[in-house]
Amino acid sequence: MITTYLFGFLSFLAIMFALMVVLSKNPVHSVLYLVLTFFTIAGHYVLLNAQFLAAVHVIVYAGAIMVLFLFVIMLLNLNEETEPHKSVWLKASATVAAGLLLVVLVGSLKGAETIVATNKFDPNIGLIENLGKSLFTDFLLPFEVSSILLLVAMVGAVLLGKKSIK
Amino acid sequence: MSAIEVVPLNWYLMLSTILFTIGVLGVLFRRNAIIIFMSIELMLNAVNLLLVAFSSYLSDSKGQVFVFFIMAVAAAEVAVGLAILMMVYRNTKSSDINVLNKLKW
Amino acid sequence: MIKLVYLIPLLPLIGFVIIGLFGKTFSKGLIGIIGCGSILGAFALSLGIFFELIGQTEKSITIDLFSWITAGKLSIPFSFLIDPLSSLFLLIITGVGFLIHLYSTGYMSHDEGFYRFFAYLNLFIFFMLLLVLGSNYLIMFVGWEGVGLCSYLLIGFWFKNTAYNNAAKKAFIMNRIGDLGFLLGIILIYVTFGSISYHDVFMQAKNFSTGNPVLTAITLLLFVGAMGKSAQLPLYTWLPDAMAGPTPVSALIHAATMVTAGIYMIARSNILYTLAPFSMEVVAVVGVCTALFAATIGLAQNDIKKVLAYSTVSQLGYMFLALGVGAYTGAVFHVMTHAFFKALLFLGAGSVIHAMGGEQDIRSMGGLKKYLPITHLTFLLGTLAIVGFPGFSGFFSKDEILAHAYEHNKVLWFLGILTAAMTTFYMFRLYFLTFKGDFRGTHDQEHHLHESPKSMTIPLIVLAILSVIGGFIGIPKVLGGTHFLDHFLKPVFEDSSFRMVHHLSEGTELMLMAVAISVMGISLYYAFTTYVKNKTLPAPESEELKPIHKLVYKKYWIDEIYSTVITKPLNFISEGLYKVIDNELIDAIVNGIGSLIKWKSSKIRLIQNGNIGFYIFVMVISIVLILFTRLI
Repeated sequence: MITTYLFGFLSFLAIMFALMVVLSKNPVHSVLYLVLTFFTIAGHYVLLNAQFLAAVHVIVYAGAIMVLFLFVIMLLNLNEETEPHKSVWLKASATVAAGLLLVVLVGSLKGAETIVATNKFDPNIGLIENLGKSLFTDFLLPFEVSSILLLVAMVGAVLLGKKSIK
Repeated sequence: MSAIEVVPLNWYLMLSTILFTIGVLGVLFRRNAIIIFMSIELMLNAVNLLLVAFSSYLSDSKGQVFVFFIMAVAAAEVAVGLAILMMVYRNTKSSDINVLNKLKW
Repeated sequence: MIKLVYLIPLLPLIGFVIIGLFGKTFSKGLIGIIGCGSILGAFALSLGIFFELIGQTEKSITIDLFSWITAGKLSIPFSFLIDPLSSLFLLIITGVGFLIHLYSTGYMSHDEGFYRFFAYLNLFIFFMLLLVLGSNYLIMFVGWEGVGLCSYLLIGFWFKNTAYNNAAKKAFIMNRIGDLGFLLGIILIYVTFGSISYHDVFMQAKNFSTGNPVLTAITLLLFVGAMGKSAQLPLYTWLPDAMAGPTPVSALIHAATMVTAGIYMIARSNILYTLAPFSMEVVAVVGVCTALFAATIGLAQNDIKKVLAYSTVSQLGYMFLALGVGAYTGAVFHVMTHAFFKALLFLGAGSVIHAMGGEQDIRSMGGLKKYLPITHLTFLLGTLAIVGFPGFSGFFSKDEILAHAYEHNKVLWFLGILTAAMTTFYMFRLYFLTFKGDFRGTHDQEHHLHESPKSMTIPLIVLAILSVIGGFIGIPKVLGGTHFLDHFLKPVFEDSSFRMVHHLSEGTELMLMAVAISVMGISLYYAFTTYVKNKTLPAPESEELKPIHKLVYKKYWIDEIYSTVITKPLNFISEGLYKVIDNELIDAIVNGIGSLIKWKSSKIRLIQNGNIGFYIFVMVISIVLILFTRLI
């Protein structure tokens, strides 16, 4: 019972914070709300028995990526005054479009079969031991390739960030 | 006690759908390129949440491994994306995407 | 040996490919060896198959090579049919073909297109063999079109001359008219019988009643094809013009082999024709009219090859007369003897032209007897054979045709005899004017006169021998022979035999022969007195001719009539259609669509406005729409 309430509470927070990301006028606030959203999502991960992912999620997203965003925003000195605004009817049409998308998506997913309590759950798959086994046996090649991807991204970011490219 | 035993999978489906739609709304709603970028991250996380949910409900660790890779790709993407935004700002003195309208007919 | 039949068309094809691809770098000797050798090999195989066929009781053998076309219920195998008829044609084509190849090595030796010539000639032999070997109408049609193509290529062999090119085009287009008839005939056969293989069609045809309108339609359509290919009225005008090609080509394609394809086709379909008496009548009447008509034109021509060309048309008419009266064996017999003596005459004429340095007008010849002894002798033998001098090959085949014609209808017989008389007259006129009397050419030409090289005279001698003895395989019973050919071909024409009952008495038959011989004799005497005793010469170009003479000399103005009645109105209409429909209407529609799209796109491309927000918005709406359609 408490888990159900916890799920409802976390979901409510996640949606609220996500909406605040979109709606707050100051970019810095947006970033901070996004960090909060990520924390609630990490909470969901814990609820789903994915403890390792929850930790990684907090470290990578909240700790690394969002700090990067914050740095960039502060570096560019963006604030409420510099924030560009769309006209009212554009905002309205954006809302209508997003609403339509929601309706259609929910409509499509409504018929999905529910699988709660029909399977015997294995609570251990989210443990670091199981994930590690999977990662270094079945997914060894993608794992190694992703390291190259990160290297390439690093080189690309450095190249783009240089003062002038002649 | 985990959520798997009491919460139906459909609820997670709805939650990530709503988060995803909020991400789309952000992309449509704002003109600041960095906010749009953040909205994209939000969409990505909605999908991650769904993957983890499916992985747990089906007792298959592959979904979580997949999320792991998505995080790696997202980190790379953010690094390059923010570098590009820096360049854009440096050249246009603005982070407004409506300034970037030279690529047409 | 019969299992190796696929080699017969394959050898000339290989020859064609080798000469066609690499001929430019080969020496003339090598090209000659490849060209002649491939045909000689095919001839040897044909000979083997011929004797094997005589030796065995099974007379109709189908050799399946591979499945060619399969579409729904239609299944056409690529297979060859060996039976007495096709094996006889194989012998004629490869035998005469080889001799003419050999002759060409001498005749064409100074031509720069030597390798091209041999490539075409080999290709022609390949298609001709395909035509006679095929076991269904479609393979025959492929060969039919192929020989038409080769005919076109070889008539226009000296393509730098516009007149020759026009002659080639004329031959091709005239043939196309006939081919259309043939094609429609094949389609109708398929619709009627559900198959186009000879075996199936003929088996089923036996169940049809005589005079069935569908069979009449089929046979008439096939005959239209034969008309074009075998130069019958009214589609004959291309053949005289086809003499523009090199003389060996005239001998091989336009006298001995290709033009007899029509006779082969009708002889092959003899059951269908036998069951369609009306078509038979049409064939006979068209045949005899062509024979007579072409013979009259031949009387007044002065070009040595033109005379022979009209003679060919006339002899082909004879063969169709034979087919029309049901004398299938006679027709095939005449095809064979005609191949011998007409090839001989053309090659002889080629030898004369070679010696005269390209001169073809008999008014400038005369007295060539002493300069070209071998050519003269062989030409004389050929002439005797074609006029049906007793004992020569033409006598037997012509006699058989006339006997059947007499039995069928006296008028046809009379016209046939009349044609024979004219044939005798113009052939001896040609012979006398060319070889007898005094030389009438220029001084230079007289110096140039020489007997042709061995490669040309040997084929002449062989063909002359064949022209003399070729008739002995078909000596009729009245003269104490056994008529080997009749027995040999019997299996092919067996089903038609109920219409070919030979009930002429021996006396009548002998009487007919006597009449034919005496008519020939009179005609020969008349030609002799006119051109040797009185030394009459054909009028030079400048002299005004008597009306009838002029009418004949100008070939009844048929070409001019065709040009005025068909070609010019057609050109006029085409030009009108081009100017009005094509330029004004179709071009306007096409250009209009083009400029409409150009104008529209200049507006539509403005949607591409460069605003990323707008793009995303459109994308989301599109996703919504796509998902929405999935939802419904």
